[in-house]
Amino acid sequence: MTLSLTNIAKTFPGGTKALLPTDLDIAKGEIVSLLGPSGCGKSTLLRIIAGLEVPDPGARIVFDGEDVTQQPVESRKMGMVFQSYALFPNMSVRGNIGYGLKMQNMPKPEIAARVDEVIALCRLEPYADRAVTKLSGGQRQRVALARAMAPRPRVLLLDEPLSALDAALRSQLRDELAMLLRQFGITAIFVTHDQDEAMAIADRVAVMSQGEVAQIGSPEALYRNPATGFVARFVGDAMPLEGQIEAGRLRLPGGMLDLPESAVGKEVLVRAEDIRIDPDGPVTARVETVTFLGTHYRIALAGVGPELLFALHSGLSAPKPGEHVRLSIQPEALIILPKTVAA
Amino acid sequence: MKSYTKSIPLIVTLLACAFLLVPIIQSVLAGLTVNYFRGLSSGLTLKWVGEVWTLYSGSIFLSIWLALSCLAVTLVLGVPAAYALARNPGRASRILEEFISLPLAIPGLALALALLQLYGTYQGFRTSWVFILVGHVLYTLPFMVRSVLSVLAAIDLKTLEESAASLGAGPARRFIDIVVPNALPGILAGALTVVTLSIGEFNLTWMLHTPLLKTLPVGLADSYASMRLEIASAYTLVFFVMIVPLLMAMQWASARAQRIMQ
Repeated sequence: MTLSLTNIAKTFPGGTKALLPTDLDIAKGEIVSLLGPSGCGKSTLLRIIAGLEVPDPGARIVFDGEDVTQQPVESRKMGMVFQSYALFPNMSVRGNIGYGLKMQNMPKPEIAARVDEVIALCRLEPYADRAVTKLSGGQRQRVALARAMAPRPRVLLLDEPLSALDAALRSQLRDELAMLLRQFGITAIFVTHDQDEAMAIADRVAVMSQGEVAQIGSPEALYRNPATGFVARFVGDAMPLEGQIEAGRLRLPGGMLDLPESAVGKEVLVRAEDIRIDPDGPVTARVETVTFLGTHYRIALAGVGPELLFALHSGLSAPKPGEHVRLSIQPEALIILPKTVAA
Repeated sequence: MKSYTKSIPLIVTLLACAFLLVPIIQSVLAGLTVNYFRGLSSGLTLKWVGEVWTLYSGSIFLSIWLALSCLAVTLVLGVPAAYALARNPGRASRILEEFISLPLAIPGLALALALLQLYGTYQGFRTSWVFILVGHVLYTLPFMVRSVLSVLAAIDLKTLEESAASLGAGPARRFIDIVVPNALPGILAGALTVVTLSIGEFNLTWMLHTPLLKTLPVGLADSYASMRLEIASAYTLVFFVMIVPLLMAMQWASARAQRIMQ
């Protein structure tokens, strides 16, 4: 289904603006991620779509042409996966998954059939009759997803569904979740603070900062053409290069760098993978630390700007800490943006 | 030396137990002997227990009836109250919780006097068993509320309810399907406490009762005051038989609720 949000804002009692007026349209079957640091308003937006939070007056939430703004949570026919999963401890796995169907007054045999179908899809067969308290984190996460999907909701809302898991499991389940969501073909909104999760799962990512959407686009678009310094920093960890900008060149403490365009009054950023260790490079830096990461080295460099600059270096060997190296950066790899206040 | 340090606490414990148990055993035996003043040599009999039954079975049934009514009222009032307090954590809830618990701090006598002052002139009400019920509910309600509240406070009730709502459950369904089942250990512990307290309550009941409405403990006092010692002792035995299993069940249920809260 399509989802259309108009003028969604939220002011908390006390006057804190959790969410500034926001518009968002989501196409049928599209997976959109709301990405941002904690307190950026992403969870508030999700909870308003769910009906768990009341937006400021003037908001309009439309599910497939039907205005649901005034509807309570239980009437919106949406599914939700909570950060803590919120599985019902008084019910088995099967009971949890069938609960939404029971609420639709579906006949028992049909509930059983649908529950079996979803259990198979989520590969939960071995645990179907277990108590939910006896499941591991990853299994709970799949039960939460199965429970939300069983009633065939119009839209699936996921609130940080992977953040309760440990790191190793998280990346494995991230791909699994992405695959399951595609399989269900459902329109979904996915809240996360983890850029890798957003990139792996979403068709479009809305990067949020301080209560508003800073930029929305495909992961590639955000990465290649960030609209603000905040987006560049948050998606792909761009680092600012601070120096004197003079006619197409940037004077850094370690040397001069060519710019692709005039950047007077703007800010220049670069990503770690675009910095090359190059004996003929124009900029000098001192190696602080070298971390071997298998496929490449991560090198912390000092002397280029006020803060450490990180470079990814692939090769069979890396410079040693304390050595001086020369760097080069292709002008077109530099990100040049209007100056923003760092968030 | 070592065996001394180990055995001294044991001896102290045994002495303390004996101090508490001997009068109880003596009382029970008194209720079973043919003639207390001649001692056990006069032989054992169930005659006195039978006497108690003919004289006081009304008190026994009244107490059971009162306890069950009291349980019904505290369930209907206490579970939703605990739920409301758990869902709205804040200053107002805290104050309300203390307010509900106030009858615990006030002596039963004072509570009874207040009830008599306020409602004593309503003849039909004053002489009805419902009057005693009101006293028992006042006294036991805080135990039910606290017991349920402590279990509800230990689970993430808000998110559980939100997830039930997202699956299409309205407020009533959420209460029945999610809140009550998850509060069950607390409800069970609270229910056993309420029944035990109601059956054993004396202070307040003694003030509120009428000659026609004697509960189990009031009847016990009456039997010691006006019957021969063997009958009163047999009454104690009957009282034990009723209250001890309840006490044990209460202990078990509370321990179970504690475990679930962890």
